[in-house]
Parts: sequence; structure tokens; C-alpha cells
Amino acid sequence: MDTFGWATLTPEILLLVMACVIALVDLNVTGTRRTLTYTLTLLTLAATALIAGWQATQGGTAYGFSNMVVSDPMGNWLKCFAAVAMMVTLVYARAYASERDMMRGGELFILGMFSLLGMFVMIGGNNFLVIYLGLELLTLSSYALVALRRDDTTATEAAMKYFVLGAMASGFLLYGLSMLYGATGSLDLGQVLKAISSGQIRHQVLVFGVVFIVAGIAFKLGVAPFHMWVPDVYQGAPTAITLIIGGATKFAAFAMAMRLLVEGLLPLAIDWQQMLAVLAVSSLLVGNLAAIAQSNLKRMLAYSTISQMGFVLLGMMSGVVHGDAASAYNAYSSAMFYIVSYVLTTLAAFGVILLLSRKGFESDEISDLAGLNQRSPLYAAVMAVCMFSMAGVPPMVGFYAKLAVLQALITSGLPLYIGLAAFAVVMSLVGAFYYIRVVKVMYFDAPVDTSPIVAGADARVVLALNGALVLALGLLPGGLMALCAQAIVKTLGT
Amino acid sequence: MGWLSLAIWTPIAFGAVLLALGKQGQEGLVRWLALAGSILSLLVTVPLYQGFRLGTAAMQFVERHTWVERFNIHYHVGLDGLSFWFVPLTAFITVIVVIAAWEVITERVNQYMGAFLILSGLMIGVFSALDGILFYVFFEATLIPMYLIIGIWGGPNKIYAAFKFFLYTLLGSLLMLVALIYLYTQSGGSFDIATWQRLPLSSTAQTLIFFAFFAAFAVKVPMWPVHTWLPDVHVEAPTGGSAVLAAIMLKLGAYGFLRFSLPIAPDAAHQWAWLMITLSLVAVVYVGLVAMVQKDMKKLVAYSSVAHMGFVTLGFFIFNDVGMAGGIVQMIAHGFVSGAMFLSIGVLYDRMHSRDIAAYGGVVNVMPRFTAFALLFAMANCGLPGTAGFVGEWMVILGAVQANFWVGLLAATALIFGAAYTLWMFKRVYLGPVANDHVRELTDINGREFLIMSLLAIAVLYMGIYPKPFTDVMDASVAELLRHVAVSKLP
Repeated sequence: MDTFGWATLTPEILLLVMACVIALVDLNVTGTRRTLTYTLTLLTLAATALIAGWQATQGGTAYGFSNMVVSDPMGNWLKCFAAVAMMVTLVYARAYASERDMMRGGELFILGMFSLLGMFVMIGGNNFLVIYLGLELLTLSSYALVALRRDDTTATEAAMKYFVLGAMASGFLLYGLSMLYGATGSLDLGQVLKAISSGQIRHQVLVFGVVFIVAGIAFKLGVAPFHMWVPDVYQGAPTAITLIIGGATKFAAFAMAMRLLVEGLLPLAIDWQQMLAVLAVSSLLVGNLAAIAQSNLKRMLAYSTISQMGFVLLGMMSGVVHGDAASAYNAYSSAMFYIVSYVLTTLAAFGVILLLSRKGFESDEISDLAGLNQRSPLYAAVMAVCMFSMAGVPPMVGFYAKLAVLQALITSGLPLYIGLAAFAVVMSLVGAFYYIRVVKVMYFDAPVDTSPIVAGADARVVLALNGALVLALGLLPGGLMALCAQAIVKTLGT
Repeated sequence: MGWLSLAIWTPIAFGAVLLALGKQGQEGLVRWLALAGSILSLLVTVPLYQGFRLGTAAMQFVERHTWVERFNIHYHVGLDGLSFWFVPLTAFITVIVVIAAWEVITERVNQYMGAFLILSGLMIGVFSALDGILFYVFFEATLIPMYLIIGIWGGPNKIYAAFKFFLYTLLGSLLMLVALIYLYTQSGGSFDIATWQRLPLSSTAQTLIFFAFFAAFAVKVPMWPVHTWLPDVHVEAPTGGSAVLAAIMLKLGAYGFLRFSLPIAPDAAHQWAWLMITLSLVAVVYVGLVAMVQKDMKKLVAYSSVAHMGFVTLGFFIFNDVGMAGGIVQMIAHGFVSGAMFLSIGVLYDRMHSRDIAAYGGVVNVMPRFTAFALLFAMANCGLPGTAGFVGEWMVILGAVQANFWVGLLAATALIFGAAYTLWMFKRVYLGPVANDHVRELTDINGREFLIMSLLAIAVLYMGIYPKPFTDVMDASVAELLRHVAVSKLP
């Protein structure tokens, strides 16, 4: 029978096979719009998302490949969301990429699929090395994607920065993992957890390893003070690629943090929670304050990402306080809800930038949005909904995300955590300033550029749906919240 | 869906439809649809009035459905005597604003009308919400349409004003959010306001909660010294925006004191009443003096709003039934009067494009019909007996004298200051010989403006002469609230 556990890897296998098939098919595709490759890719991603979603609804946890990989509800939902996010990204990106000479071959789609495969492996990894393997597959594909416009100096510069800093982060992470391997004698998350729980291992060694692992995760999530690459890469990379890096990838980074810190190193929570607190505070500060000064929209969104990831960390760090499972489930599911709603909002915001840009015009300065309301009420409304959502104003989904995290913090009852909640709230106010400045530019300023906006029907429909979803999930967040909560409970409870 | 939900969602639904009608040349349709929507939502409140049972403090027209299960958040709405009158008031002012904008707003009409209708529904939602998060969602969501209204259709310095409005009020609300979540955890996972009102809380907790709510509501009222956003915003906002802001939005803050601060933290409310009374008196006396030296009509009325709202908070924190009922009556009366004042300024501004008092003079000679209305509203603003303005101020002063003679005396000076700045402005703008050629060319109000002025005048006079329907509705709830606040919640 299925002793090897092939079923746990169904989405990955499908993705890998199809990526190879599409790469071959693409050899025979001509033209810069790559219709056949595009269609096949979207179909593959849709199928992958369906399989992952179906597996998630089955609810069970299954291990495969000698405990190397795990298929559990949290992972499967994240895979499903990541595949959908990648689909949406490619729909937005197609016209942009073909106008910028990025589609002479099908690399965008194939590398996109490989980076998604890397995310899947990260999400499904139950072993230090498998997680690391997934991470490298993801980041190597991303480096190549950033450099896809090889005659563009800013893009190549961004790729260089990304590569150097990313390699350093991988080094950190690997170093931390090797410390833990040395101390516990295993690479398997479950074995490591058992070894640490036994209390036989010297605490200092473990903490030393954890420091490096947290640093590595912080690099990948892009939180301060390991955030230096984020603004440069977000701004420098072609917008379509920025969306790949800033969208679906966050699911994988979140999954990695959950797997390593919670599933592998839960007994050390007291230590890593403190580290996360420091990271969260510095991210909120750096992200929000630096974003105010930006005139470039992509750069501003990059700093805003840094601050939003600070919120995710606040959610993750409020998990283990009194040692009861309920508060941990509450905290982790609030972090998961936050990241899902963040990615959803980011997709729409970058989608607007992508659809507004034309050949030779990037539309990535905040001033490029001037008077957008007069040019296209739909795009302006979608962008406004996104900005209010990121600022945490109801009735957008971002409000419930912040509510969930703040609730997790305050429920802990510790004065420090309540203070952190108040700090986060004040920082949200600072954030509101630059978010509503974008709304101001779109609605209050006169348009400088009055050229008509052309975008494919598919992209327009997806964008409208995406924006509507940000609002609809803000009005009725119950379903997604319950989904996150159940995924976390079922994953950690077994 | 009950009548109350209809009152909330009818304007929002119409507003959403209006936003979708974006094409050029549809302005006529947009205007009529907006008018139909606003009148319909006013009509929906009639059954509410007819069905309201007097003599009970219980919530009426209650609807309760689970909304977000994980956090135990409910769509829970209802009205009692404290909140009832604000629902028809909001719907009424919205009708007026829609008519007032008829010919004045020519740019992006659908967004203007849509924003006001949505805003109307959201504000009714604030007054009806019985769930903490539902309240917060409505309370915060009002910022978005108001921000756009100020920023798109406002005056020359609109962007500064829009930012100031948004950030000031958001800061207050965010601190309130922390308090809401704290109460949620303290009550064992409930966002039900009534449950919170029965929750025993320590003295420190009450003080912290009281000030967290204070941050939200004092900014919104606005109380001195956090009132500075209001004059700036009023000056820049379009006429309709100013009218809604003064008539309804300021009441959201005052209403919050009644629904949250007093019943949830009664001991802290008593303990800090001296501070609240002091701030209210400063608003009444000092801001009244500030109003006197204004050169801009809108700024003058804005400062007068701050002073009048000082009466409201004063009434609440002297803890007797006359004062508290007076505060609520004052809120409703100020809704009519300040709305009328801003709309009158709008009438002049549409013709002259100036709000400078010095630019006018002798308007009565060219606009006699309009001046008659303006005189009535000015008198109501001074608190002349027989107008709406009198009832509330008189009740608050009466209550204050009962509590402490000197507080009452200081509060009563406001009548003098109010009369001084209002009449002085009236004299300089309307009376005397025609000041210049611009004034000479003014035309008197047309039928549309006559209609809105008449509607407001009827409301002002009706409430001034026969306030019984207003006070009857609130009596039982005020008595119940005072009974509740008198009992210590310390564990």
C-alpha cells in the first residue's frame, strides 16, 4: 500500500511534474504573451490549490517519507492559499511582464511554479533539512525572478542585494539548525521536541541555536533589524516579482516559523518569545516611521510589510504564557489569520500598481496615483479598501486581523503584553498616516496623467473580486477565522 | 429584518447603489435616487416612534444574531430612551443635506450622495449597537466617508483638515479598542455591553477604562482641550459635511459617555467627575469667549458647538436626572440648531464664496426671507425660550444649580456669551446698510432652500415649544442609568 506516504506529497508531485511539462511545452510557444503556458500554469495551480484544499478539509495529520514530510490542516490550508495567491499574482503580472520583455521565454511561469514548490516543501517539512531544502528552492527561484529583467540596472542591483543577504540568512538558519542537531542528535522535529522536553540538554546550547534560527526566520519574514533587503528588493524588483516575493512567500515564512519554533522548539518558548517581542517592537517602529518618508509606493508598501510582520510576531509570541493549550491555539490562529488577510490585501494593492503600469511607465510613485478616482473609480476603490484594511480601519479585514492579535496579547493578562498592545495601537496610528495619504492622493488630488487605463478583462475581474473580498471578509470574518482556528487546533492538537 | 435594521441598512444600500452609478450625465437620476433613499430611511423610523413603549428602560426593537462566532461577537442592536431620538434625527438631517446639495454639488454627485447616505446608516448603527465590536465597527467606519467628504469637496486647506480629522479621531478610537478587548477578557469572553455594565471592576481598572473611553469620546465630542480639530475641519468641510458633523457626529462621542463610560466605570466616573465638570466649564466659558473674536462665520459656529457640547458633558457628570436629561435634550436640540446654522452659512457661501463676517453687512435688505430664518436660528443658538436651544440649556443649568450653585452660575454665563457672539455676528452680517456691491447683488433663497430652512425652523420651534415627546422617551432610561451609576461596582 502507501507505506511511503506518496499521498502526503500529491500537490508537490503534481506541481513538479507540471512545471517540467510546461517548461517543455513552452519551448514550442512563441509570442510574448505566452497564452498556452499561461493557461496551463493557471490550470495546474488551480488543480494544486484544489487538492491541497481538499486534503485540508479531510482534517487528518499524515506523515510520509519516513517522517520527513507532514500533511496537516494548517499546512494544507497554507498550501492552498499560496497556490491561489500565486494564481492571482500571475493574472495580474501577465500584461506587465510581456510589456517589459520578461516573457521571451516562459521563465516567469516556470520559476513561479518552482518557487511555489519550494514554499510547499517548506510548509510540509517535518525535518530541519527538508524545511531548509524548500527554503533554498524558493529563494533560488526568487533570485532568478528578481533578475529576470537582466538589462534593467535597478532589478539586477536588487537581485544582487537579495542574493547576498538571502544567502547570509540561509547561513544563519543552517548554523542554528546544526547547533540543534548537535545538541539533540536529530533533524526530525518530533525527535528534537522530545529531546528538548527531556531536560537532559544544556540550556545554553539550545538557546544559542535558537538565536540563529530566529535570526534566519526574521530575515525571511523581513522584520527589523533584519529588514534591510526588503525595501530595496521590493522597489528594485519588477513589480510582478515583488508581488511573488511579498505575497505567497509570506505563507511559507509563517509556516517555517510555526514548524521550527512551535512544533520543534516549544519548550524553549520562553526564550524565543522574548526574541520575537524585541523583533516585533523594532519592526513596528522601523516599518511605520520609515514608511512615512517614502515617496515610492512600492518602497512604502515594503516598510508597511515590515510593520505588518511585526504584528504577526506579536500574535505568535503571545502563545505560551500560562501553559494552557487554548491560549496558544488562540494566539497562533490569530497570527495565521493576520497573515492570510495581509497577503490578500497586498495582492490587491500590488495588483492595482501592476494594472496601472504601462510600457515604459512603472506607476510606482505615490504621486502616480493622483486623481485615480477620476480616471477609474474601481481601481481607486480597490486601493482605498486595501489601504484602510492595512491601517486596520473597519469594516475591512485588516481590522479583524489586528483585533485578533490584540485580543491574543491582552488575553494573556501580563502587563508587559498589554503594554505591547498599547504600543502596537499607537504604531497603527502612525501607520494610518501614510496609508490614508495614498487615499488622499487618489481622491483629493487632480490627475496629472489622463491617459486611459487599459487592462485585460481577466485581470480586472480578479482585481475587483480581490478588493471585494477584502471588504467582504471584513464584514463577515467568521468563516476564515474559524478555518484558521480549526487548522491550528487540529495541527497542534495531534 | 426588523424596522431598526431597516433604518440602518436602507441608507447604506441606497448609498452603495449610488456609488455604482458612476457615469457622466446621470446626475439627475443620482439626485432623485438619493432623495428617495433618504426620505425612505426617514419614513422607516416612523414605525420606530410609533412602536416605542414609554416608561421602560429596557432595550426595544432588539435584534440579535451571531456575527463572528470565534470572538462571540453579535449583530446586536436595540434602542432605549438614551439613543432613540438620534435615529430619526440622523435620518432627518440626511434628507436636509441631500436637498441642500441639490444644485450646489456638481462634481462627482454620485460619490457625494453615496457617502452621505452610507454615513447616515453607519451613524444610526452606532446609536443602535449593543455589542462592543459592532459599536466600534460603526464608530470607526464613519471616518472613511467623512474623510472623503472633507477631502474631496472641502475648501482650500481641505487636505490638512481631512488628515487632522482622521488621525485625531482614530487615535482616540484605538485606545477605546484596547479597553473593549480588556473588558472582553474580564467578562470571560463577551462583547455584550449590558454584560459589561454589570461587571465588577477594581478601582484601577475602572480608571484606566474610563480614560481609554475618554480618549475616544472626548475627542469626538470634542471637549476642551482636544477640540482643536473641530474648527479646522468645519472651516474646510463642505456645507453638508459641516452640518452632519455638528448635528450628528459630535453626538457619537457624547452618546458614548452614556452607553460606556458612566455605566461600565461608575466609580471612576464619580471619582473623575470634577475633572469632567471642569473641562466642560472651560469649554462653556473659555471657548465661548474664543468664539466671540472669530472673523470667520463657520469658525464662530464651530467654537459655539464646542461650548454647547460642553453643556452636554456638564449635564452628564453632575449626576442628577434633570441634568442628564438636559444633556440629551441639548444634544438633539444642538443637532437641529447647529445643522441650521451651518446650512445658513452655506446659503451665503454659495452666493458670495466668502465666510468672512467682514465681507457681509446689510444682507437683510436684499434677502429678507432668508434673514427671517437666520434670525430664528440665531435666537435658537443663543437659547431663547421657545426655541429648541433653550430647553436643554435650561435643564442643564437647573441640574447644575441643584448640584452646586457656583457650577450653575458659571454654566449660566454661557447664555450671555452665546447671546453675545451670536447676536454680534447676526448684526454684522445681516443688519445695517448694504455693505458692498457683492451683497447688493445677492438673490433671496429659492424654493429648495426655503424648503430646507422651513423644515429646520419647524423642528427648532416644535422642540422649543413642546419638548414633551422628547423628554418622555428618555425619562425612564435616564432614571435607570442614574440608579445604575449610583451603585458601586467595586468588588
